[in-house]
Amino acid sequence: MPTAVAGPEIERLIQLLARLPGLGPRSARRAALHLIKKREQLMSPLASAMQVAIDKIVVCKTCGNIDTQNPCTVCIDTRRDQSVLVVVADVSDLWALERAHAINARYHVLGGTLSPLDGVGPQDLSIDALVARAHGEEVKEIILALNATVDGQTTAHYITDMLGGANVKVTRLAHGVPVGGELDYLDEGTLSAAIKQRTLF
Amino acid sequence: MEWTDDGIVLGTRRHGESSAIVEVMTRDHGRHLGLVRGGSASRLRPLLQPGNVLRVVWRARLDEHLGNFTVDAINLRAGGLMIQAHAIYALTHLGTLLRLLPERDPHESVFSALDDILDHLDAPAIAAALIVRFELDLLSELGFGLDLASCAATGTLDDLIYVSPKSGRAVSREAGEAWRDKLLQLPAFLGGEIATPPSPAELEHGFALTGYFLARHALEPRGENLADARAHFIAAVMRAPAAA
Repeated sequence: MPTAVAGPEIERLIQLLARLPGLGPRSARRAALHLIKKREQLMSPLASAMQVAIDKIVVCKTCGNIDTQNPCTVCIDTRRDQSVLVVVADVSDLWALERAHAINARYHVLGGTLSPLDGVGPQDLSIDALVARAHGEEVKEIILALNATVDGQTTAHYITDMLGGANVKVTRLAHGVPVGGELDYLDEGTLSAAIKQRTLF
Repeated sequence: MEWTDDGIVLGTRRHGESSAIVEVMTRDHGRHLGLVRGGSASRLRPLLQPGNVLRVVWRARLDEHLGNFTVDAINLRAGGLMIQAHAIYALTHLGTLLRLLPERDPHESVFSALDDILDHLDAPAIAAALIVRFELDLLSELGFGLDLASCAATGTLDDLIYVSPKSGRAVSREAGEAWRDKLLQLPAFLGGEIATPPSPAELEHGFALTGYFLARHALEPRGENLADARAHFIAAVMRAPAAA
């Protein structure tokens, strides 16, 4: 029978760290040991930063982004194009688009995509709030920046149907050959979508 | 335990950080789930999209285990289907219908019909007619088949244009005339091969017929309703130019 090599406090820390994405029990043990060794320089500031985050992080009631203020920094930024809304499935997608400096617009975070297998229906996503925002006078275009998966595109088509009554242009991201992609190695689905949506050169 | 079969992907759910649980409709092993190791990685994700046909090898120590799938692509349709509204709603609707069947119960005819529909999704009206027929076949597989071969009242084989909502049997024009407001319409395309696209009215009658019996026999006893995707699919087909 294995014997415990550390006290319950350390075991608890390891168990919690092992729940983080990318960390298994072994890597959690290494991370815990590293934190313990750097108690003053790393563990203490990390604990304080996490406590501040717990106290201050809120979900933006306008767009669904996470920030320390409500409305969030993106929503109150007047330099952004107020006429364009970019619809994303998750906050990580919003961060990815911001990292790429892809567009200077406002966002709407749905909180996932429709997925019958996982039991996610329209009522579980922030679609009603999006439709209400689309009816705002300043919104002229809605860009559906959703995953190129069947679930992502089902959500895109559903939202397009729901926006039928709003006076906005609905666009979506192009599907096709990624930068650095070689045709020989692409799957047939991507190639077929790329050919169907070819553009003038 | 090990077998190899062709399977049409119905859905994929992430499992852990790198794997996925995939639900496929197979030719000989029915609706079957299995774990695909590395299924969330970029190499396998395009293969595991609903609508794609894969060669699947299932392995497990015991028959009742979830088991592991190893997959190889046969026909990757999903990329082409996901840009058309009616096609993507059809995929969702068909997946929902197939979940009415018990897991691991072989239904070879259902697999063939599903494959045929997915091949015809470029032609919305033909695909819609095939889906109406698929819904009828599914009712039959579930033990609630309709008898559309002869008139319930007179026994005649000709001019069958109604279906009784009570018995689920066909009724001829002459015998049903007095109760026409209470009877469901039987569209002509359910009587033979679907060579030409049916009219929007015929499709509406077809979906009303199968929708009524699906709701009564398959969904209401389970406390469920017809899926939203079905209504969206019908609306998308009616909007499509070929149905006009």
